[in-house]
Amino acid sequence: MNFCVALGGNPNAGKTTLFNALTGSRQHVGNYPGVTVDRKEGRYVQNGHDMHIVDLPGTYSLTAYSVEEVVARDFLVNERPRVTINIVDASNLERNLYLTIQFLELGIPTCVALNMIDVARGRGIEIDHNKLSRLLGVPVVPIVARSGFGKKALMDAVETVAEAPLRQPLRVSYGPDLETAIQEMEKMITGGNFLTDLYPSRWIAIKYLENDEQILEKGGGTDPQISDQLEAVTRKVGAHIEETLETYPEAMIADHRYGFISSMLKQGVVKELHDRNRLFLSDRIDKVLVNRFAGPIIMLLVLMGLYQFVFTYSELPVAWCEKAFEWLSDLVSATLSDGLLKSLIVSGVIDGVGGVLGFVPLIMFMFFGIAVLEDSGYLARVAFMLDRVFQIFGLHGSSVMAYIVSGGIAGGCAVPGVMATRTLRSPKERIATLLTAPFMNCGAKLPVFALLIAAFFPQSRARMMFILTLISWGGALLAAKFLRMTVVKGASTPFVMELPPYRLPTFRGLMIHTWERTWQYAKKAGTVILGISVLLWAAMTFPRLPDAQIETYDTQRRGIVSTASPRVVEELEKSAGAQPLSAAAVELKDDLLAVDARQAGAALRHSLAGRIGTGIESVTRWAGFDWRTNIALLGGFAAKEVIVSTLGTAYSLGTVDVEATDSLAVKLAAEPGWRILTAWSLIVFVMFYAPCFVTVVCIARESSWKWGAFSMVFNTSLAFFLAVAVYQAGTALGY
Amino acid sequence: MATINIRHMQVNQEGTIASVKVGGELGRRLRDMGLVPGTAIKIQGRAPLYDPVALRLKGFTLTLRNNEADLIDVEVNG
Repeated sequence: MNFCVALGGNPNAGKTTLFNALTGSRQHVGNYPGVTVDRKEGRYVQNGHDMHIVDLPGTYSLTAYSVEEVVARDFLVNERPRVTINIVDASNLERNLYLTIQFLELGIPTCVALNMIDVARGRGIEIDHNKLSRLLGVPVVPIVARSGFGKKALMDAVETVAEAPLRQPLRVSYGPDLETAIQEMEKMITGGNFLTDLYPSRWIAIKYLENDEQILEKGGGTDPQISDQLEAVTRKVGAHIEETLETYPEAMIADHRYGFISSMLKQGVVKELHDRNRLFLSDRIDKVLVNRFAGPIIMLLVLMGLYQFVFTYSELPVAWCEKAFEWLSDLVSATLSDGLLKSLIVSGVIDGVGGVLGFVPLIMFMFFGIAVLEDSGYLARVAFMLDRVFQIFGLHGSSVMAYIVSGGIAGGCAVPGVMATRTLRSPKERIATLLTAPFMNCGAKLPVFALLIAAFFPQSRARMMFILTLISWGGALLAAKFLRMTVVKGASTPFVMELPPYRLPTFRGLMIHTWERTWQYAKKAGTVILGISVLLWAAMTFPRLPDAQIETYDTQRRGIVSTASPRVVEELEKSAGAQPLSAAAVELKDDLLAVDARQAGAALRHSLAGRIGTGIESVTRWAGFDWRTNIALLGGFAAKEVIVSTLGTAYSLGTVDVEATDSLAVKLAAEPGWRILTAWSLIVFVMFYAPCFVTVVCIARESSWKWGAFSMVFNTSLAFFLAVAVYQAGTALGY
Repeated sequence: MATINIRHMQVNQEGTIASVKVGGELGRRLRDMGLVPGTAIKIQGRAPLYDPVALRLKGFTLTLRNNEADLIDVEVNG
């Protein structure tokens, strides 16, 4: 028999661990349609049954407030899995059963997996699972997902539930006032067959009493008349309850659910040897890790450690990647003759693919590091300690991760930074973090800053870098505040967050987590990035110089060669690059390269990008940028370090090595159009303007293309405004 | 027995929730996490900047911002 099994439960109940234990490596990750909630699926085969396992997002309840809850509920109702395994944390039974009750009220076939039974025992909690099973009316199987204990028994129970006939939904009594209303409403619902094909009638009545937006909307669309009648009943009983009991129907419902659970547990289901709120090992660790004084210091060290781990240890694999692509590039260059095809393959395709894959080691290390912090429970403590600061700017304590990885400590990368926002569960705070994290000084902006600092602030390198880090933090936080007051305004999402007990992450869990995230990035971002890379290459290549102009450069080259002595020309032609050339030959080579560089500069100006750069010069003059800077900034959309090499080409310096920019720095310092103020204006612009397109693609993947486009327009406008402000104010003050 | 809101409770102080005076999303989230009248709670600690606050209830730890804690009245023991 083939059937679908859903896996639902609270966050931190061990759902992912059980999912991994059941499906092993036979799993794949997708998205639920229209939202960025992961949908993990896998297979489990037993006794000839082929079970399709779907991991639902972790939720505390089945209301319709968070995306996760809506996704979980819609899946259960629309796709009707044959069995739902509800995984509950045995050491935290009461709150976990709150969701169980809602599964049972929805009338779906359920099997309860009582996880972490070992932890519960260690805490002196004894659970009579047979009694719990009788009271709930569904199988309850003790398991330890980490070790695989009870897996077989659980899946046997799942088979039993799959073969058993459907059961009646659970009835929790909600007290005389609400019960009268529910009965009245049920009559209307069954009488008019109102949504009864989807939900049990009593459940619909309860959702109306709870003011559940999704059901109200669905009901209003199906049969406005009955929906209005139901809402009228809700209002009447609501007013009555508010007057007599000073509470709301939805509050009463929650109270009764918890009352139902605690009366059930009191019937001998749970025996506790100790005071339930006594401090366990985890709480004693917290005495140190979230201590007023030691806490922030340890946190700083941990975050620095994460940063070191991600960026230092990934250096080697990143270098291997770069070497591999360099090798490929050289191979193609040597095989193909000069021309458009070679240029397309080398500059468009290989650089594009290399750009995508070059990030892979970084992303792997980042996800591994964050998975350790998240699975161990420390990430929740970081959010707890920093929330007060980030709350001021309309963000969440967890925003710090994305900021740090993006370059909050100079030299990060916005690509993994943007992906790190996944740990944020509050939608508005998440968008604001997503959009502002690219303001941080990522590793690719550093060569640009280094160039400008070398040219204009040679005395104060270290101090300048520190100042720039402060400016980017200030800018990002203020921009986040601005966004939260305008485009993503609204009250902050409630912080109400669980501090899970510390747990040692499992190596297997970490590996699966890291692998699937990395693969998702390479697969999804890859195709788009390759396309954009080719487009950018085309914009900087076409239209090409007219033949007449190319001819002039060729004439110049021929002129140089003809004036040189034939011996020197021969020496240069024969040289393979290994043996040193004579002084005369070096001079000849340099002269020829100078012509090449002038031609490349002219070709760049002639290209589409060059024309745009020249075309908008009258506007960018406000910020002190000439056409050369404009082209370089356009190129910077491919990757920020491209700004340096493009500036080199535009100033006809030939190929400028990003790591060694001395010649360009000298050139800029001597240029009449450049002064310290221009450098400041450009620094500010580079810091804040549109993220590189790899980041934009990631932002779009993590939210929507709307926000991807917004980040380009908003950031560039903001950057231009700031650059103009700096340049104009500075000019007015006589700098 | 005095009734005060969670913001004004001291670390390690214990009490029983008397009322949760908020509806809507915040109210529901608080109740979903088990903050319902009659629940015994204990203040476990506060973040370095005094906000948010960590509570212990039903055998687990929950954190709230102070402006959320304001909405919950607790009958404190002693």
